[in-house]
Amino acid sequence: MAAFFNPGFGSKRKASNSDRIPPGQYETDDFPVLTAGPTPRIPLDTWTFSLDGLVESPQHWTWEQFNALPHQSVTNDIHCVTKWSKLDTHWEGISIDTLLEHVTLKPEVRYVMAYSYGDYTTNMPLDDLRNGKAFIGLRFEGQPLAPEHGGPARLVVPHLYFWKSAKWIKGLRFMEKDEPGFWEDGGYSMYGDPWKEQRYSSDD
Amino acid sequence: MEKFHWQLATVQSVTQETPRVKTITLALPEWIPHLPGQHYDVRLTAADGYQAQRSYSIASPPEQTRQIALTVELIEDGEVSTYLLEGLAPGDSLEVRGPIGGYFVWKDNMKNLPLLLVAGGSGVVPLMAMLRHRTAIGATNPAVLIFSVRTEDDAIYQRELTQLASQDSSFHLFVTYTRHSPTGWSGYQRRIDRAMLTEVLNQLNPAPQCFICGPTLLVENVANILTDMGLPANTIRTERFGPS
Repeated sequence: MAAFFNPGFGSKRKASNSDRIPPGQYETDDFPVLTAGPTPRIPLDTWTFSLDGLVESPQHWTWEQFNALPHQSVTNDIHCVTKWSKLDTHWEGISIDTLLEHVTLKPEVRYVMAYSYGDYTTNMPLDDLRNGKAFIGLRFEGQPLAPEHGGPARLVVPHLYFWKSAKWIKGLRFMEKDEPGFWEDGGYSMYGDPWKEQRYSSDD
Repeated sequence: MEKFHWQLATVQSVTQETPRVKTITLALPEWIPHLPGQHYDVRLTAADGYQAQRSYSIASPPEQTRQIALTVELIEDGEVSTYLLEGLAPGDSLEVRGPIGGYFVWKDNMKNLPLLLVAGGSGVVPLMAMLRHRTAIGATNPAVLIFSVRTEDDAIYQRELTQLASQDSSFHLFVTYTRHSPTGWSGYQRRIDRAMLTEVLNQLNPAPQCFICGPTLLVENVANILTDMGLPANTIRTERFGPS
């Protein structure tokens, strides 16, 4: 169907930033909210973050301990599978590389399941979280991350579709084999590369 | 896993629902029965190869075979909605793929459970598919739709919903006008709040399956209130949309 086009469509479009917008996406200045259910309210005095699964010894942090870890500032572009992209978002958080210094992974670890308050899960390869590629976001545009956007803490993996950036993150579970998370189990892509337009499992 | 591939649908009809909303009925060469609440992706291609995609909820029930109805709201500066509402006519072709989505769906195993639907503006579209399917299968579970609109001009499907409420004693419709209500209106005229949800929930026993669809603020607010009222999070399904 490559020859098909919609007569009259596309003549008025804006051309700016087109090299930073993946195929099928459009740029928005808003920050839309997409979640399958209610926004969980998470008291900070009982909040914990864990690294578990295939590790020599699981690691847990309280909110206070977690915030004492070295922070970094990041500017990136984010791409949601519902077709919007948002450019130059400013975050502050803790690199996954920093967290990984606190555990010894078993040699067979290849994949990670991110899990959240409210029972959301999403899967990705370990390599996509390392070497500066991902972080736990605590502040967005200079403010504490709002609950509807995943606060108090969310995973941010900007090079994958944004459903991989689990809101209300509670921990990372290290795995040998890939397993589908919440949306992946419902037919969404196991990997979710926006530049390859891997939206659904049939796009993988 | 379902396979989603693009197919070339043909526009059968375009119906004006409100000043800013039209329903586009498409004939599909490869029609697959959908679940009410699911959506289709629509892809537009320019002559130079530029493409844009958006997702639109299915308004029609699966009983309406071989075709789907998409109800589309005109978004200011929205390149896709503008083309769909102003550039499409019966006989035109349109690329679509679907049905997509497995969570915000009313499944047949819910047909005996009370149902609470809450819509803001065009968020009513996937809920209309649920109500149409519910009627088609003859379900008589207690069902309520709370429909928040700014003015009468924003009340999509108003005639059909009013008629359904008068014919089906197990279905109750509560419209609330947040900006300007019609002359002589004696119903709700405020944003959905805890008092309104309490009044409505009193009619639904046991606790309902909830589907909330609309602008982010409305969905956040309603889902938070329902959670505060003690409804389990796994009975509250939400679909939020921003001004995109």
